[in-house]
Amino acid sequence: MPAVLFYLFSALTLVFGLLVVVLRNPVASALSLVMSFVGLAALFISLDAYFIGIIQILVYAGAVMVLFLFIIMLLDIKAEALKKVNAFSVVGGALLAIVFIVQLGMILSGLDAGKKTVNDVPVHFEAAAQTQKLPTIKEDLAKKSLPDTKLVGLTLFHRYPFQIQLMGALLLVGTVGVVILSKREVN
Amino acid sequence: MVTLNHYLLVSGLLFSIGLAGVVVRRNILTIYMCLEMMLSAANLTLVAFSRFRLVDGLPDYNAQALVFFTITVAAAEVAVGLAIIVALFRARQSVDITAVEKLKG
Repeated sequence: MPAVLFYLFSALTLVFGLLVVVLRNPVASALSLVMSFVGLAALFISLDAYFIGIIQILVYAGAVMVLFLFIIMLLDIKAEALKKVNAFSVVGGALLAIVFIVQLGMILSGLDAGKKTVNDVPVHFEAAAQTQKLPTIKEDLAKKSLPDTKLVGLTLFHRYPFQIQLMGALLLVGTVGVVILSKREVN
Repeated sequence: MVTLNHYLLVSGLLFSIGLAGVVVRRNILTIYMCLEMMLSAANLTLVAFSRFRLVDGLPDYNAQALVFFTITVAAAEVAVGLAIIVALFRARQSVDITAVEKLKG
């Protein structure tokens, strides 16, 4: 991915991320977060993680944010009245963020592994085609295309079969929990 | 050129914006959105490390499996959390966190 696109999409992600915090209307915050997630999905795709990028758009920017917007409109929340902003919490929040960024900068400046570009670590299609066993993945690798979704699926179902069933149970528990939580008590 | 450090820095900035939002804002829904933002920032770190650490010539797909699980847990968590917010709104008629401070010492 050209550097220009990287800077464009990171700026998109960060500016709209900042707008989520700054804007007072919850609907505007939610829509900014959608744009931020779209930028983030583009960054995922720039890292050859096509499946995760698409999931980010479908699940986060699609399902989760629609849920947020539904709840905001269901509760009929008006924009926060312009109350006095708590100066203590603003200073505290900004300070926390700055301390975190300074620490991160100190770590990254000493990280030699972080100076590699994507071109320094190219995907070795020939070597990968030798080690992979499934014919469909081998064919894709021989054609020099990365079968991203197939490889994620292979990892999920071959290495983490128990965990993926646990996720299914978690989603079931979540669904039942939501129904019970939002049920009105009948007296 | 775009290096691994660039991706980690973007991820860290996004995380700190979310962190500041959680501390500064008082609307529960906005706080919740900021939490989602922090989760996604962590996902960006995982995907970046996955791409830069090749295993058998391919990106490390264990990291992407972890991202998949994170997204699933986040989706379930949003559903339950929003149900709690709706219940809270029914009880207090407000989504301001200053309306819920019974546990404050």
